[in-house]
Amino acid sequence: MDELPIETSDDVVRVRQRVREKAAGSGLSLVDQTKLVTAASELARNALVHGGGGTARVELVQSGVGRTGIRIAFSDKGPGIADLDLALTDGWTTGNGLGLGLSGARRLVDEFELVSKPGAGTSVVVTKWLR
Amino acid sequence: MERVPILRIGQTLFVSIQVDLQDQSVMQLQEDIADNLAATGAKGVVIDITAVEVVDSFIGRMLAMVGSISRLFGADTVLVGMRPAVAITLIELGLSLDGVRTALDAEKGLRLLNGHA
Repeated sequence: MDELPIETSDDVVRVRQRVREKAAGSGLSLVDQTKLVTAASELARNALVHGGGGTARVELVQSGVGRTGIRIAFSDKGPGIADLDLALTDGWTTGNGLGLGLSGARRLVDEFELVSKPGAGTSVVVTKWLR
Repeated sequence: MERVPILRIGQTLFVSIQVDLQDQSVMQLQEDIADNLAATGAKGVVIDITAVEVVDSFIGRMLAMVGSISRLFGADTVLVGMRPAVAITLIELGLSLDGVRTALDAEKGLRLLNGHA
């Protein structure tokens, strides 16, 4: 299990690279690797830009029925998200981005769990399973 | 911070992204292309992403903006060399890059710019 800091833009690059290594080693298809790394990039940037920094934990997991997957847990200690439904809407943004980061990342993974409360930071856990 | 070189070949600017760029480098590249267009009066921009393994919403937005910016300078932009896995991921992410012209490789991109496509 690897825990990586997300404090700078270079850390976002390192998260992408670590997820790529882990995903390639696990046997995920090239398309699924690319989807997972792209989702990780969006979520790591969110932790940096909106959460004021945080961490990403990358691990290989087994499901109850024996499937292998890659799970990434992002957490930050930022202001949190007041309206989760709104934050997950395509095109909704607090900054000057495209508003596709969170909603797009959710489409790119198999499991997506978002926990956030105003003032208590945000945690996003995503999983991609081998087919 | 990595800086992507911009080559001028005749009336065309050629940009090949070879490294995993952090966000400031992505913004720097956008500015550098705009500065180069203004300084050279180039009529086309070819952006080669053959080596790029991941195009997320940040890079995707930059590519779309370079397309729009180049139009303001009377130039066309062609994106070349997109990997199939990147194309599939971009569409699922929700980015269709509608305003950006694409070609399979640099040679076809140059032909598109020169009107021989």
